[in-house]
Amino acid sequence: MVMAANKPRTASFSRNFTAASSSVPSIPGLKHGPNGTMLLSSGIPDLDKILGGGFALGSLVMVMEDPEAPHHMLLLRNFMSQGLVHHQPLIYASPAKDPRGFLGTLPNPMVSKDVKSRVHETEQEKGLRIAWQYKKYFGEHSSESQRDGKSEYCNDFDLRKPLERHYFSGHQIECVSLKESADLGAFHERYSNFLSEANRNIGNMTGGRIAIQSLCSPQCEYSNREWERLSFIRTLKSVVRSSNEVAVVTFPPSLISTTFSIRLQHLADTLVSVRAIPDEDNELAKLLTGYQDMVGLLSMHKVARINTQVPSILEATTFSLKLQKRRSLTLECLNQAPVDGSSGSSYAFSGSCSKTAPLEF
Amino acid sequence: MANAPPFNLLDESLGDTASGGDGGRMILVEDCVETSGAFVVHHLLKRALHSHSSDVVVFLSFAHPFSHYDRVLRKMGCNLSVQRDNKRLLFFDMLTLDRLDKNRGKTGEDILIALYGEVQKAVEVFRSHEGRQHVTVVIDDVSLMEVDAKGSSNLVLDFLRYCYSLTAQFGCSLIALNHEDVYSTADQPNLLLQLEYLADLVIKVEPLATGLATDVHGQLTVSNKNIQVGSGKSRNRIHNFQFRIKDSSVEYFYPGSKT
Repeated sequence: MVMAANKPRTASFSRNFTAASSSVPSIPGLKHGPNGTMLLSSGIPDLDKILGGGFALGSLVMVMEDPEAPHHMLLLRNFMSQGLVHHQPLIYASPAKDPRGFLGTLPNPMVSKDVKSRVHETEQEKGLRIAWQYKKYFGEHSSESQRDGKSEYCNDFDLRKPLERHYFSGHQIECVSLKESADLGAFHERYSNFLSEANRNIGNMTGGRIAIQSLCSPQCEYSNREWERLSFIRTLKSVVRSSNEVAVVTFPPSLISTTFSIRLQHLADTLVSVRAIPDEDNELAKLLTGYQDMVGLLSMHKVARINTQVPSILEATTFSLKLQKRRSLTLECLNQAPVDGSSGSSYAFSGSCSKTAPLEF
Repeated sequence: MANAPPFNLLDESLGDTASGGDGGRMILVEDCVETSGAFVVHHLLKRALHSHSSDVVVFLSFAHPFSHYDRVLRKMGCNLSVQRDNKRLLFFDMLTLDRLDKNRGKTGEDILIALYGEVQKAVEVFRSHEGRQHVTVVIDDVSLMEVDAKGSSNLVLDFLRYCYSLTAQFGCSLIALNHEDVYSTADQPNLLLQLEYLADLVIKVEPLATGLATDVHGQLTVSNKNIQVGSGKSRNRIHNFQFRIKDSSVEYFYPGSKT
C-alpha cells in the first residue's frame, strides 16, 4: 500500500491510524492526507494545491458568497462535476424550484489536447514576463504529472462544455429544492435516504459529496428561522464527519445578521469567501498585475484540521480567480505590481463581505 | 504517567501549581474565527486528568464527537478512552443521533434542565465517593449550547449559573469555551458580559495584530481576578504572551523571546 505520505512518528499512539488507512485500497478520486485523513478533489487544481491536497473527508466547507457575483457557483460546479467524474454519490440542494436544471451547467473535463495547449501557452508567456513575478515559474508544471488519462485525482474542467451524459447515468445523484420546505425537513429526509443508499452501494469510504447552494437566501420559507438553520448545519456537520463525506455549503453573509454569519463561520471546517472585482477600477489595476483577466477574488479563511489541533497557516490567503481562455478556472496568488513610491501596499478593499480586510499578499 | 505537567507560561498565569485542585473556580476561554481556542480547552482537560488520580472530569461536548478529542489528546500523551473506562471522564456527546432524537420534540428549557440534572447527579455521585474528589466540568462550547436552547441566551445563562453554583457547593471547577466574536457583534452582548463577570479567570485567544504567521499562531491574554497574596506566586492580574501550537504540546513565550 502507498504509505509514503505518512512519515514514521515517534509517538506510538499514532501508529493505529496508519494501520487503519493502509487497509483501504486506493480508490480513484480519493487520496491520503495528513493525520490519517482521506482527501477528495475540489475540482479545481489550484484550489487543491492551496488546500494541501483537497477537501478532507468528513469536513464541512462553507463558502461566503458575494451577492454581486455568482463566483460561488464556479466552485460548486467544479466540485459537483468532479464528483460525477469519479462516480462519487452526490446530493445537491438549492433554492430553485427545479434544481435538476443546474446539472446541465456542470462543466466537462477538458480533453487532453486542450490541456497541452494551455501549458504551451504559459511557457510562451514566461518569456515575456518580468523577473519580479518569479513565483509563477515554480510549481507551474506539476500538472504534468496528473495528465495520464481518466484516473486523475483532479480534472481540469472546461467551463464551456457541458458535462457529457454518460457521467450522469447509473450514479447516485439527488437534487432537492429548498424553496418550499419550512424547516429543511425535506432535505433531512432525502439526505438520510441518500446516506443509507450510499453506504449500501459502496461501503464506508464513499467520498460522497453534498452541495448546498445559497443556504440563507430569502426565497426560502425557512429563511427567517436562523436558529433552525444553525441547528441544521450543526447536525449536517456531525453526520458528514461520521460518514466521511464532504459538504460544500454556500451562503450570503450580507443577507444575514453578522452574529449568525460568525456562528456559521465557526462551524465551518474549511472557510472560503469569494468576492467580485469591480470593473474598471483604476487603482486596483495599478496595484495588481493581470487585473483585466481577473473575474473575482477568493480568500481562504480556514483550512480543515481534522484529528489535530495545529492550525494550517497558508503563505497567502487571497487569490485571484481567473478564467484561462474563458474556459478553465485558475487561482493565482496576487502579484503586486511594483509600486512607484509611497502609495500603500495594503488596499482597503470595500467588498461586501462582512469582514472587510485589506488584500493579503 | 507524569504527575506534574511541565510548567509553562499558561500554567503560571492560571495562578496555581500542577494540581487544579484548589476548587471552586470558573475559567472562561474566549476565541474567534481567526484563532481557535480549542487548544486551551485541550490543555486544561489534560491538566485536569493528569492531576490527582481521584480527580474527575465531566465534559459536555456540543461541538465535536468523542473521537475527535480522543485523537487530539492522544498526540498530547493523554488517553481519553482509558480515562473514560476508568470513570475519570464522563463525556456527554450532545451530537449523537439518539440524543438528538430524544431532544426532538422538547423545548429548549426541558433540554437544558434535563442536561443540568444529569450533570448535577454525576457530580454528586463522584463527590460521594470516599476521598476528596475534585470535579471539573468542561463545556465546549457555549455558543453551540444556544442552538440546543433554541436561541434563548437566558436559558444558557441560567444553565451556566447553575453550573457555577456547583463550584461553590461542591468545590468543582468550571471551564467554558465561548466564541467572543459571535457576541461582540450582536446587538446585546449580554451573554458575553455576564460570563466574563461570572468567571474568575478569562483566557482570551486572539490573532496577532500583524496577522497570521507560521511560527507564532496568536496571543493569549489571561485575566485573573483572584490573586493569592503573599504566597510567592505571580501577582499580575493580566498576563499577555504568544503561542505556537504543535500536535504534542503548545509553546508559550513572551513576544520576541521564542526559543
